[in-house]
Amino acid sequence: MPPQTAASARRVTNVDALSASTDPARAGSRRRRSWALIVAIGLTIGLVALSLLVGVADLADEASRGPEYLWITRVPRTASLVLAGASMAMAGLVMQLMTQNRFVEPTTVGTTEWAGLGLLLTYIVLPSSTVLMKMVVAIVFAFLGTLVFFAFLRRVTLKSSLIVPIVGIMFGAVVSAISTFLAIQFNLLQVLGGWFMGRFAGIEAGRYEPLWIVLAVAVVVVIVADRFTVAGLGKDVATNVGLNYERIVLLGVGLVSLTTGVVTVVIGMLPFLGLIVPNLVSMVRGDDLRSNLPWVFLAGIWIVTVCDIIGRVIIMPFEVPVSLVLGLVGSIVFIGMLLRTRRTVVR
Amino acid sequence: MIRLSDVTKRYAGETEIGPVSLEIPKGGVVSLIGPNGAGKSTVLTMIGRLLAPDGGTIEVGGLDVHAAPSKQVAKTVSILRQENHFVTRLTVRQLVGFGRYPHSGGRLTQHDEDKISEAIDFLGLTDLEQRFLDQLSGGQRQRAYVAMVICQDTDYVLLDEPLNNLDMKHSISMLQHLRVIATELDKTIVMVMHDINFAAVYSDYIIGMREGKVLCHGTVDEIMTEQRLAELYDIYVPIHVIEGRRLGMYYWSPELPKRAVPAG
Amino acid sequence: MSAETETLAPPRRGGIGPYTSVAHRTRSRLVLAALVLAAVALTVLLLAWGNEHEPFGARWWRVSGMRVTSIVVIALVTYCQAIATVAFQTVTGNRIVTPSIMGFEALYTLVQTAIVFFFGSTGLVSIPPFGRFLLQVAMMVLFAVLLYSWLLSGRFGNLHVMLLVGIIIGTGMGALSAFMQQMLDPNEFDILRARLFGNIGNANTDFLWFVIPVCLVTGCAVWLLGRRLDVLSLGGDISTNLGLSHKRQVMVMLLLVAVLMAMSTSLVGPMTFLGFLVATLAYSITDTYDHRRILPVTWLLGYVVLGGAYFLLRHVLTLVDAVTIIVELIGGLVFLFVVLRKGRL
Repeated sequence: MPPQTAASARRVTNVDALSASTDPARAGSRRRRSWALIVAIGLTIGLVALSLLVGVADLADEASRGPEYLWITRVPRTASLVLAGASMAMAGLVMQLMTQNRFVEPTTVGTTEWAGLGLLLTYIVLPSSTVLMKMVVAIVFAFLGTLVFFAFLRRVTLKSSLIVPIVGIMFGAVVSAISTFLAIQFNLLQVLGGWFMGRFAGIEAGRYEPLWIVLAVAVVVVIVADRFTVAGLGKDVATNVGLNYERIVLLGVGLVSLTTGVVTVVIGMLPFLGLIVPNLVSMVRGDDLRSNLPWVFLAGIWIVTVCDIIGRVIIMPFEVPVSLVLGLVGSIVFIGMLLRTRRTVVR
Repeated sequence: MIRLSDVTKRYAGETEIGPVSLEIPKGGVVSLIGPNGAGKSTVLTMIGRLLAPDGGTIEVGGLDVHAAPSKQVAKTVSILRQENHFVTRLTVRQLVGFGRYPHSGGRLTQHDEDKISEAIDFLGLTDLEQRFLDQLSGGQRQRAYVAMVICQDTDYVLLDEPLNNLDMKHSISMLQHLRVIATELDKTIVMVMHDINFAAVYSDYIIGMREGKVLCHGTVDEIMTEQRLAELYDIYVPIHVIEGRRLGMYYWSPELPKRAVPAG
Repeated sequence: MSAETETLAPPRRGGIGPYTSVAHRTRSRLVLAALVLAAVALTVLLLAWGNEHEPFGARWWRVSGMRVTSIVVIALVTYCQAIATVAFQTVTGNRIVTPSIMGFEALYTLVQTAIVFFFGSTGLVSIPPFGRFLLQVAMMVLFAVLLYSWLLSGRFGNLHVMLLVGIIIGTGMGALSAFMQQMLDPNEFDILRARLFGNIGNANTDFLWFVIPVCLVTGCAVWLLGRRLDVLSLGGDISTNLGLSHKRQVMVMLLLVAVLMAMSTSLVGPMTFLGFLVATLAYSITDTYDHRRILPVTWLLGYVVLGGAYFLLRHVLTLVDAVTIIVELIGGLVFLFVVLRKGRL
């Protein structure tokens, strides 16, 4: 991680002080930012409404219990979209802050694969466990696995920041191989593939409620966000500013694992979401963490909702799972980002 | 000689190098100096054909380095950049041995081995010959790389900040060796130099670059003047002649209260 | 000078080439010999173990004959994976990555899945089998070449960008494959699974007459270009300085790697970590830069490892189906170990 001075660390934690200044130019831009945020929230509400309306069942049709679908499937589904989208995008942001690497997020460093392994093991070892039990195991595995990744990050001298996602993905591939092996042995391979496909199709009231946990995670993240940035500047800088580096990393990894575990168990894998959302937001608004956070939440919601709506509409009445749409869209965006990086690299 | 004609290079839409038109005479040591971001390394890299210019041509010893086959160019000009990392484990002798590749394609004859020994001895690496590169200090490694390039035995040698990682003793030693090579073996050595005084003492010819353009070029006496250096570096560099050599004492800013009256 | 006072000229100094000392050279030769012996012994073991018929009798030969195919497959797969991985790692200047992660295997998976998905388990019956095979191989090599030339053609060709893009394209294709796989009924999925998670027992040996010569030619080409690989391993700047056209050499090497990988995947499907495992071991064992020495050692190591695993699992533990996956697992764990250990990467 690049060495930075204590001064720049203090600058980061003083972002709040800066934005609270009464400088008229800043006040003006703050008003503009507030307007933009209000528009964005409006857009989100619009998308949410759209999501509630799109679907196979006709909500107005009283005879075939149309209106009930609203509460049984549409609202839970839309709520899941909002929760999953916002939280996975946030998880990506947290990891990027802590590692100072733009390409790090739960699906590119193996966190989701570890969660999947945990999930698989509960099916094999404790087949009658509750959803909550499965979630706990998935979270624990995700936590341990991500810590291993962080351990690797510290020990290896990395030539370029691109090595990190390369190795992260390889790491995920290893874990995936283990899962595959076990799945084959216990004849759970097709089922395993099913879990990994993030899909919102089967979401209904009574099955998705655990997802609300991520709301609590989001609140915690909003409170401690600045500390993650400081941690990302390196152990020395963090200690110098008076923060316990290890504890912040553990907290960050814990929050990310919690989110990933819950979302993976309830929804499945949402590839590249935590990668593209924070980076797109940074591209448009720069790297100011505190004011970016609400935008990351919102953009996460937009992208997942739009991909899900596309998935619902494109081969109606069948559905294309959101992980496929996200996988394809995310790949293209990720590649676009890489090519942009490439162009600005000076040899 | 090295001839650059209207060479341009554009980076990331903003930074621009050139157009540069320059003739560097054959023989002797030439230093490329200038502030950060002047484009010195870029120009050197283009001369060494590691980077293609957007416009213009570069000729070294009559050879268009970007048009001629790389193998042929490798026998005429050699270049060493600052960052050199690789995963393979090599001993010093093996690394220097690679310098013979353009001549022997990997099959080392006794003549090659003699040349390798020469280059190693020349840079004082004889005792470290069989050590692995990762067991050496930064300075020793730097000398090993330079030995490889010397071993390549080209008429033109391009070095990007060859004194990187070298302490005073080894910096002087390196520059003295390069002078000997230039004179006795009739090679042209072009180096990007950070330190103007080393450049002044050990070169015959200096090229000054600033913001992508060649600002001035000429003999050491012509360039090491207060006016030229102020144009180049934007600071006042008082020139003192010590033992017949022109040195720039830029170490303190003229605005600071003078603590001692400078001699000369 | 009189004969009595004549001094001997100092001995002419020379390196020991790719070795660091005479001891090193002796050690390397011994290791190579040991590996060859191990390979031969393993082959004999594979042929003769459990073959209860009278040795060298007619029935003994028949049983052995069936095993010969498995041995050939093991030899070919390890040959391809070993050479491709070493060449690839040299060219990318990185010993963590392998050709498999370049989206290569994801393409294979996608093609196979698509075939089963669209045409059922019988697959495109109208095209003759060799035609289908050639089509798949050509697609994979073409895709690899297109991708690589696209990324390296830019002025700021960066190998890490290329790697990441390959990985991501792989993930995108993986998403597509996963989706199609979900739509298959369990029978179709089982058939697909057999093609995707190769095992040596049911390797696709229909076209060995084509695969063997192609592998031989390609592998030898890489070996013959070994000296160039040595220079390439020093990085783009130094190799250009020494007279190689870096970009062109890299392209050629990547093309050869693509062909080798295509051959291997056509036999037993994707194998992500076997190449990595044996290459890592080979670098440690040979401890030299010389590819002409590394490549044979890597192959022999691969043969011994995969063949040994096959022998153990088939004849001792009888878990045939799991050979490739277990090797993958071990390879993966070695990978993690290598990555986590502090040291050179």
